[in-house]
Amino acid sequence: MNNVAINPNTIDNGVNVEALLGAREALTAAPAAARFQWRAACEWVRGTHSRTSIQSFSGLGEEQSHKTSTSFDTDHPEIFASEDAGPTPVEYVLVGLAGCLTAGVAAVAQNRGVQLHSVRAVLSGDMDIQGILGIDPDVRNGFDNIVVKFDIDADASRADIEAIVAQSQKRSAVFDAIANPTDISVVVA
Amino acid sequence: MGSDAGTVTTVVIGAGHAGLAISQRLSGQSIDHVVLERGEIANSWHTERWDSLRLLTPNWQNALPGYRYEGGDPDGYSTMPEISKFINGYAKSFAAPVRPNTLVTSVKKTGDGYLVQTSAGIWKCRSVVLASGACNKPAIPKIADALPASIRSLAPMHYRNPAQLDTGGVLIVGASATGLQLAQEIQRSGRQVTLAVGEHVRMPRTYRGRDIQWWMDAAGILDRKIVDEDDVLRARRVPSPQLIGTPDRESLDLNVLTGEGVSIVGRLAAIREETALFSGSLRNCCAMADLKLNRLLSEFDEFASTTPGIDNIELPERLMPTQVAQRTQLKLNLSQQNVRTVIWATGYRPDYTWLDVPVLDQKGKLCHDGGVVGKAGVESDGLYAMGLTYMRRRKSSFIYGATQDAMDITEHLYNFLDRDAWQRRNKSLVSNSIRRIENIPQSTHSANYRRFGGI
Repeated sequence: MNNVAINPNTIDNGVNVEALLGAREALTAAPAAARFQWRAACEWVRGTHSRTSIQSFSGLGEEQSHKTSTSFDTDHPEIFASEDAGPTPVEYVLVGLAGCLTAGVAAVAQNRGVQLHSVRAVLSGDMDIQGILGIDPDVRNGFDNIVVKFDIDADASRADIEAIVAQSQKRSAVFDAIANPTDISVVVA
Repeated sequence: MGSDAGTVTTVVIGAGHAGLAISQRLSGQSIDHVVLERGEIANSWHTERWDSLRLLTPNWQNALPGYRYEGGDPDGYSTMPEISKFINGYAKSFAAPVRPNTLVTSVKKTGDGYLVQTSAGIWKCRSVVLASGACNKPAIPKIADALPASIRSLAPMHYRNPAQLDTGGVLIVGASATGLQLAQEIQRSGRQVTLAVGEHVRMPRTYRGRDIQWWMDAAGILDRKIVDEDDVLRARRVPSPQLIGTPDRESLDLNVLTGEGVSIVGRLAAIREETALFSGSLRNCCAMADLKLNRLLSEFDEFASTTPGIDNIELPERLMPTQVAQRTQLKLNLSQQNVRTVIWATGYRPDYTWLDVPVLDQKGKLCHDGGVVGKAGVESDGLYAMGLTYMRRRKSSFIYGATQDAMDITEHLYNFLDRDAWQRRNKSLVSNSIRRIENIPQSTHSANYRRFGGI
């Protein structure tokens, strides 16, 4: 990538901002191509253990594919009388949020000419399992609070780093998916 | 089809501050024109605003080409009757050719100009200035369709005062100047207000002892040009700052409202049956507004310390960060909580349903380059706009912002008519072999376009 050569201030967070801005311009002119579909295919293994694989998606008006297929095991921990063959599904929600916000931090920093040295995020999601166990109908099933704590070393003031983190939330798909309601249809084929 | 109302070089649509500002400049250039007004001069100001509203800009900013505020309270904020009187006084000051009670029903392109159809006949003209305002219709989100019929849905342009509302609770959607002002007034009337807050612009009324508009003006922020913005659409979408004009120059922000008992929630995300769902993004929206405010105040501090002659100002200060509850409220059951009214303080949009010229984009927005109307790359054909948000400069939607814009647009319009007249004479020269070149007037730069006879 000749990003560094193009950019006079040699900031390089490994994000090709020119390509992102180019895509933004192109998709503004052709909004239909901006429709994407993300997919996952899940197979029950045993008990609370399932395996979900991800490879294909669609976007830019055609079928697309990741370079390789990735599979994810989900299960519950032993204290739920499960075998703990993998993280709980709700922990994957945190994986998605962390990955999305951190990618956003890198892209926004690149766009603003801020060199990052390290970005660490620690996430916690609080949940009252009286909800999923049906003990108290007033308790929701999902997270009732999520905290993401970023520790960022970058060539920028604290205020500028806070602004990058704020902008990353504003543009984050997973942040939006968690913070706002989404219509879901679950059907039997 | 109506009767023939007349032929004129330019038709200005709308006799608000923007239409009158351009009328004054056109008069100065002896460009014959009429100003068509659906109601009376300054119509929206006295028919579509709430009773307690005052301008967000101080009176010293009430200035238009050749006219300015000369009352005894330059730092005060005009009430609606006061600003209406000011604009009417302006129209009188240069005998603006206003045709009141003339509703424009269509504007069509013809071979050599425009046909403007109105409730009082048809005008023919070479050029049209759209000065019908940026705030004709409330911009109400689709979510509103899901509101139960038993709850009253109200746009701010139809709100006058709390007495017209049911005594139950009120959900106000939107946290710019309108949303905050109505939230405060309605909460003070004894009705429980919930305010749904998305992205917003926080601003104190005064900073270091001076009006925030003084800082914005002096530091040149309001002079910023749209051509210098990386992202024009985003720049034009910035909501109005959280300001209020009161005699004692109070600040109005979310902390003030929380202190008065207003319940602050996130952006309205959906209404499902009887429940309003709010976004979990409130904390981020508030953090962004605080960061941007501090950046702005730092800019003012920098300006003050590097500009000679700024004396008698107070020390720099920073506002208390916006306080967001430990747990934000994500749901509001409208019937259980007795919410009787929802007010959509979600902004306005212009109405161009009568504009039969293909200059709107796929989202119905007017395509223009600094008020010169036309799709990108298409040369102007004598169609102009005035008074739109950030049309040429940050201050374009402000009353005093119309001055510079009116001068720029008039200059462009003048050159257009000049070129147009030259081309038309040349065209007739080609088509008419008898005509001799000596017969063509040498000067193509006449100050009086009456000579070209409009159409």
